[in-house]
Amino acid sequence: MEYLPNIIFALLLIAGIGYFANNVKKLIRNIKLGHKVDANNHKSERWRNVVNIALGQSKMVRRPVSGFLHVIVYVGFVIINIEVLEIIIDGLFGTHRIGQEFLPAALYGFLIGAFEVLAVLVLVSVIVFWLRRNVIKIKRFLSSEMKGWPKSDGNIILYFEVVLMCLFLVMNATDTVFQTANSGNVISQFIAPWFNGFELETLHTIERAAWWLHIVGILIFLNYLYFSKHLHILLAFPNVYFGSVEPKGKLNNLEAVTAEVKLMMDPDADPYAVPEETSEDEVPAKFGASDVMDLTQVQLLNAYTCTECGRCTSACPANLTGKKLSPRKIMMDTRDRLEEVGKNIDLNKGKFVDDGIQLLGDYITNEELWACTTCNACVEECPVSINPLSIILEMRRYLVMEQSAAPMELNNMMTNIENNGAPWPYNQMDRLNWKDEE
Amino acid sequence: MSEQLKVPTMAEMMAEGKQPEILFWVGSAGSYDDRAKKITRAFVKILNKANVDFAVLGTEESNTGDVAKRAGNEFLFQMQAVMNIEVLNAYEIKRIVTCDPHSFNCLKNEYPSLGGNYDVIHHTQFIKELMSSGRLTLDGNTFRGKRITFHDPCYLGRANSVYDAPREVLKKTNATLIEMKRHKGTALCCGAGGAQMFKDAEPGNKEINVLRTEDALETQPEIIATGCPYCNTMMTDGVKFKEKEGQITVMDIAELIADA
Repeated sequence: MEYLPNIIFALLLIAGIGYFANNVKKLIRNIKLGHKVDANNHKSERWRNVVNIALGQSKMVRRPVSGFLHVIVYVGFVIINIEVLEIIIDGLFGTHRIGQEFLPAALYGFLIGAFEVLAVLVLVSVIVFWLRRNVIKIKRFLSSEMKGWPKSDGNIILYFEVVLMCLFLVMNATDTVFQTANSGNVISQFIAPWFNGFELETLHTIERAAWWLHIVGILIFLNYLYFSKHLHILLAFPNVYFGSVEPKGKLNNLEAVTAEVKLMMDPDADPYAVPEETSEDEVPAKFGASDVMDLTQVQLLNAYTCTECGRCTSACPANLTGKKLSPRKIMMDTRDRLEEVGKNIDLNKGKFVDDGIQLLGDYITNEELWACTTCNACVEECPVSINPLSIILEMRRYLVMEQSAAPMELNNMMTNIENNGAPWPYNQMDRLNWKDEE
Repeated sequence: MSEQLKVPTMAEMMAEGKQPEILFWVGSAGSYDDRAKKITRAFVKILNKANVDFAVLGTEESNTGDVAKRAGNEFLFQMQAVMNIEVLNAYEIKRIVTCDPHSFNCLKNEYPSLGGNYDVIHHTQFIKELMSSGRLTLDGNTFRGKRITFHDPCYLGRANSVYDAPREVLKKTNATLIEMKRHKGTALCCGAGGAQMFKDAEPGNKEINVLRTEDALETQPEIIATGCPYCNTMMTDGVKFKEKEGQITVMDIAELIADA
């Protein structure tokens, strides 16, 4: 029975990581439902973006208050997690604070001391975050798409972090050996007196409880990620890597259209030619997107990466003037629909069965799509290189090219371009008249 | 008619066996819109003054297809692009300047993969070039000390990261340049982009151009400068809506420089 805790620990670890790995597999499968994108170009620029934008958080700090607090939580999270390494080794091998044995005392003290200071800084930041979301009415957290689960999700993440940081500090404070050594207990030495008068046995029990709850909490948090906007802590990195390295104004040219246009412009093309024999399962190209499968893998990765911070929406001219469009909602809708499709595939033994629902119409309305000015403010704002505009444009393409469902005024504009090469009904032959007017 | 502009066309140039230094892409707004035509004329005045060897396509120019593309009509865009590229390539065009950031973006970024590869610049960049090479000099008194705020067109600024050229050119007029709170990367759109120019806005509580005009009014400007014919229209309407047209004029950088 001596090894029971080790065995329980190992089983917990395997279960926690195993379930998470299973969900990551699903995530990758869902993303692969999208069209492939060639991202083998500009490798050095892509890595530079990962270093500056993802690791370096260069776009986060453009808004100094939330940016600074976010950097603290981010740095704290990454560094404090070094401690998890020790916890895992201790848990598997039944050791206690293995680092104390193998590292020079001063270094170990310094590390734990740094973790403790960061834990307090994270606690403070997380409390400010909570206040920003729940007490100070910051507009971007109050939009209609933030009601219900997205709001709870944001708070649950903060509660997780509070609990984990507190458990870490209590664990250190009730560790009598660690407190006696008096090295690295920069914060916990002030918490230790709260437990004065406790039996040694009780202290030990509290310390063990805090230790177990800490690692169990981390495993639960890890598995919570897949169901939460918090996935960004992992996906931000690949997302920034695959983000656009082109000028923001550049939209892709649809290749399927290019082929048809070339044929139309080709003087040698036979207008009465019989179309080439196509095999049964060859689906003709669909223009634009009406559902998540029509989007690219990068766009779907974007959707999973979005952490609903709403910087895009708070910079969107349409949203600022009371229109329904919210770039954040475009991303959330895309993710929610993709999850729905993923569950459909799980239920139907790996095949998607038409559910009569699609992203366009059931999630995103035409009114939202037509409100976009394509100004790129949302793209510029996103701290993790998400591009909501590209999804809006794909859906406009579907509306116009597959459904001829553009607003009437736009149809008139396009007819004018077709007929006389200008968006207004003026004669092409009058194009140079400005020369002689005043 | 104040003065006769010299506007050679590519067809005339070719007949004389000449190849101009640069093609001036006028764009649909610059060709037909009454307000934008003034910008076109002002820019030609600058080109004439600096003795730039340029030409226009004239009646051989057609809409870039930019607005159709942004409305979702990729077919129409590519049809327009392929036709224009045929004309441009036939004339062996190497360099293009335009006063319209939408044409600028489209020609520069979206034509290459369809076979149209040109060095495309915005007129504010070209004016800057003319000034630094000494081909264009300003008297520099007309706007001395005037309060000017510059509205960044989305397709020049965020879309293509051209923020400095228009500002450097404006500074040469000896005006006082005051930035709006939202400027450069965070500049607010005027509301015309993405084909909005050609339709009514969706229901909301304000027009985008009014919001942007309010941004500009905060700087208490005498002149709102822009570098885009569509922004010009939107800001002019915004100023009228705010009943400030008596105190504030909306001008393109080309117009400022032509008079400076």
